[in-house]
Formats: sequence, C-alpha cells, structure tokens
Amino acid sequence: MTTSLQRVLTTLGHQEPDRTPLFLFTTMHGARELGLSIQEYFSRAEHVVEGQMRLLEKYRSDCLYPFFYASLELEAFGGDTLFIENGPPNAGRPIIHRSEDIDQLEPPSVAKAVCLFRVLETIGQLKARVGDTVPIIGVVMSPFSLPVMQMGFDHYIELIYEQPARFSRLMAINEAFCVEWANAQLAAGATAICFFDPVSSTTNIPRDLYLKTGQPSAMRTLKRINGPTATHLASGRGLGIVADIAATGTAVLGVSALEDLALLKDAARNKLTLLGSLNGVEMRRWTADEAEAEVKRAIAKAGRGGGFILADNHGEIPWQVPDDVLLAIRDAVDRWGRYPLNWIA
Amino acid sequence: MSELCEALEALDRPRIEALFQRALATDGPLQVIERLIVPSLKQVGDGWHDGRVALSQVYMSSRICEDMIRRVLPARAPGHGGQARMAIVVLNDYHMLGKRIVYSVLRASGFDLFDYERMDVAEIVDRAEADRLDILLVSVLMLPSALKVPELRSALEARGVHVRIAVGGAPFLFDTNLWREVGADAVGYSASDAVGIVQQWMEEAK
Repeated sequence: MTTSLQRVLTTLGHQEPDRTPLFLFTTMHGARELGLSIQEYFSRAEHVVEGQMRLLEKYRSDCLYPFFYASLELEAFGGDTLFIENGPPNAGRPIIHRSEDIDQLEPPSVAKAVCLFRVLETIGQLKARVGDTVPIIGVVMSPFSLPVMQMGFDHYIELIYEQPARFSRLMAINEAFCVEWANAQLAAGATAICFFDPVSSTTNIPRDLYLKTGQPSAMRTLKRINGPTATHLASGRGLGIVADIAATGTAVLGVSALEDLALLKDAARNKLTLLGSLNGVEMRRWTADEAEAEVKRAIAKAGRGGGFILADNHGEIPWQVPDDVLLAIRDAVDRWGRYPLNWIA
Repeated sequence: MSELCEALEALDRPRIEALFQRALATDGPLQVIERLIVPSLKQVGDGWHDGRVALSQVYMSSRICEDMIRRVLPARAPGHGGQARMAIVVLNDYHMLGKRIVYSVLRASGFDLFDYERMDVAEIVDRAEADRLDILLVSVLMLPSALKVPELRSALEARGVHVRIAVGGAPFLFDTNLWREVGADAVGYSASDAVGIVQQWMEEAK
C-alpha cells in the first residue's frame, strides 16, 4: 500500500501517484477533538501530538502539521501572543517600536527559546509515532514576512522603501533565526519546512521590489535550510512571480483561491508543485455537494501529471469549518483524485 | 489623471507633488481633490483589487496624497460642513494596515473622520454613542473578527445608536457573501471603495 510520504514524494517528482495527496492544515481542530480551549491545547506538546494523531485518523490527511501559531516566533524575540476562543492566536504588540530599535536587535537562540521547545517536542513525538509513513511539515515565517509581526505592516512597508540599511540588518537577523529554527525542526524529525512568505506575494509588494528584497532573502535562507521547503503565500497572489519563486530553490508553492489554478499549473509545470487552493473562508458554509464540486474543480485544473497537492489556500483551516465539510473533502478526493484522472474532459 | 496614477504607482513623490501643484495653479483644493485625487486613488485601489497593483503601493501612495492634502486642507472636526459624522476602527484584531490605508484615502479625498484605532465591541459602542456617529467603517483581517460584526450591530442597536456600518478586509474578499451574513450595510473591496460608499450614504441622507 502506498504511504502518504510515498504519495507526496511522487507528486513532488511531477509524476502521478495513486491519488492526489490531500493536506488538511487543521491546526486548531485538535483542540476541539480533545475538548480543550485553543490556549490550553497549545500549552503542551502532548495535546498537539494527540490532536494531530486523532485528526490524521479522522480525515486521513497526507501530512501531519505540528504548527502552533505564527506569533510563537515573535515570543522568541520577546513579544507575546493574544489568544481568542474561536480563531488562531494573534501577535501582541510589536517588539520594534521605532526603526532605530533594529540597530540593537539580535537574533534569539533557538536553544534558549523555551517557547519553541513545545514544537520540537511535538515533532519528535509525532515522528516516533509515524516514522517515515506520513510527512511531518514544520513551519517557519520567512525572514521577509516576520517583520509584519515584529513592527507592524505599515511601519515595515515604510522601512522597506525608506531605510534600506536598517531593512538589510533586519533581514540578516531574521535569516539567522529562521535558518536555526527550520533546522532545529528538521533535526527533531520534520520531513520538510513550510516557509510562510505572504509579504512576497504580488498582493503585497510589486514584483520589481520582490526581486530586490524578498527573493534574495529567500535565496540566502533556503539554501541554508537542511531539507526540502515549500513556500506559502498564505492566500496572497503569486501567478506573476512563479518562476521567481522557483528560482529561490523551493519545491512547492502554496497558491491563492483568487487566482486561476489552471494558469498557475501552466506557470509552475515541472518547476514547482502547487499546494492549494480551496477557499478556507467560504469552506465553513459549504454543503457536501459544494465541497465535492470544489475538490473536483481543483483536481481538474491542476491534478494531471502530478505536481499538485490539494489543500486550503491559506495554510490554516479556520476553526469555524465543521467536520462534515472536511470529511466531504476527504471523500471527494477519494472519489475524484484517483490516478489516472480519465474523468477530466 | 493617468499621469498621476502612473506617478502614484511608481511612488514618484517629486512628480506627484509637481502634478498636484500644477492642478492647484488652476483649481481650488476641493476641485483638485474631486477631479484629480479621488479618481486617481480609485484607479490605484481598483488596480489592487484586480491584482495589478500591490498593497505597498496603495499604502505609500495614499500616505503621500494624505500629506499633500493636509497641507492645503487641514483636518477639521468630523461632521463639519454637512459631512457625515464617521469613524474607522479595527474590530478586535490587531492588524492595522487596512484601516490606515482607508483612513489615508478618505483624508486625501477631503473627508474628516475619527480614528478609533483598535477597539472591542463595548468600546466601539461607547465611542459611537458619544461621537453621535452616522457612519462606522470596520476593518478586519481575521475571520473571527469579521464574525463579531453581528454582535457589534446588536450592541449598537441595543444602545439606540443607529449607524450605518461598512466593512472591509481579507475575509470579505474571500467570501463575497460574508458582509451580508454579518449584517453590514456595505462592503469595500479596496480602500477607495470607502469613498464611494460614504459619498452615496451622504447623498441619501440629504
């Protein structure tokens, strides 16, 4: 029987596996499985391990996703996290209050950042449970996107345009941290690293600026990460920079529901595996029929020839998405994702 | 106008300033705003919605226009001269960029408004009542914040604050039915949409 890891590796090789791999990025749903609040759930590695294993059994996703929340990295820099009862934790106040603060900023040591240990413990325990059968996806924020939490998006945009020297220093700090954090997760047992880089999306900055800022930062960072990476634009647009992102050395691109998956597939063919692009916001009110139709549409546009993993388009399924919808997605992949995809006209 | 749009998208501040001064040489500030700035910012905003222009360009260009307008048309109290009394707020979450852009675009379009920064439902109700608002612009990034709008609407009505609510932010882009579901009166898909919504509501109130 084909394992999830074999299935994913085949599609990453731009070959057709037995069926389309499905990554259900359920981070918070494990809390519901265990009857815990989201804050309680993320307070212990054992909770997340148990939650991820229960979700794996329930939805038969082709990955484990030991991602806690993005602001964990801000915590490593001395910031804090704000929990809510029905959604992902938010970053607290920025740690860079004035751009001059960057002059004194230093990258935190992963080995000393206690807040990160829970993630490493989770990855290690999951690896002990599944071995090499199911890919374990670690997560980092890209050095180029982390400043949105570190200093606020408005001040960060101003920094990019107006203070190139301080921008470069901030990238050097964040790149050092990102590489150490990614490699620690790989050493703990992660199979690959999802490199969240929404600021690089053409939704957020123009391509010419990306080529001078986000792309070189990604290139410097990814080549120092000791394992495969997937770049995720977290719902942002990327069609205009597919080849530029491929040039960073990443293997996978998480794409937006706002762009045509068929056009993305043409642009990425044999260069990048596409990951996406089910609309997570709409998903919470889909019927089973709508879920099936969306799965079918995505597979029809991007499934042929491999190089495609079906997932939501943001990298995190909202808390509000009910089990019924996720199970309907699972069933639809079983029905329409089997290769060869002869049903496609 | 297209010349200004090009300069705005390129963030070419000297050229933007020159075009603005050239327009001011023949027209008053209000005419320049109406005929040049508002349509140009709308074109930039539409470009973002269509995927041709990036958020960083929208943000920086709106700030440049806001600065220029502030010099010739200093901020006054919201509600002056027959304008609607309006405010903008980030509801519950902590992502301020969208609100900042809409605020700048409205200021650059000649509107004065309260900036509530970030508030929860109870804080908004208190301020909306005290400021006797006609219009409330609500910006969110996170889906749970968008789903708080019905609670906000109910709390405002329970207090007897009858205000029209326009919403904007990522969840509404990804689910175009969401604004109706949460009971908003309008949705903006780009910052410049806020100008049209406010203008329309002010017309209707006449």
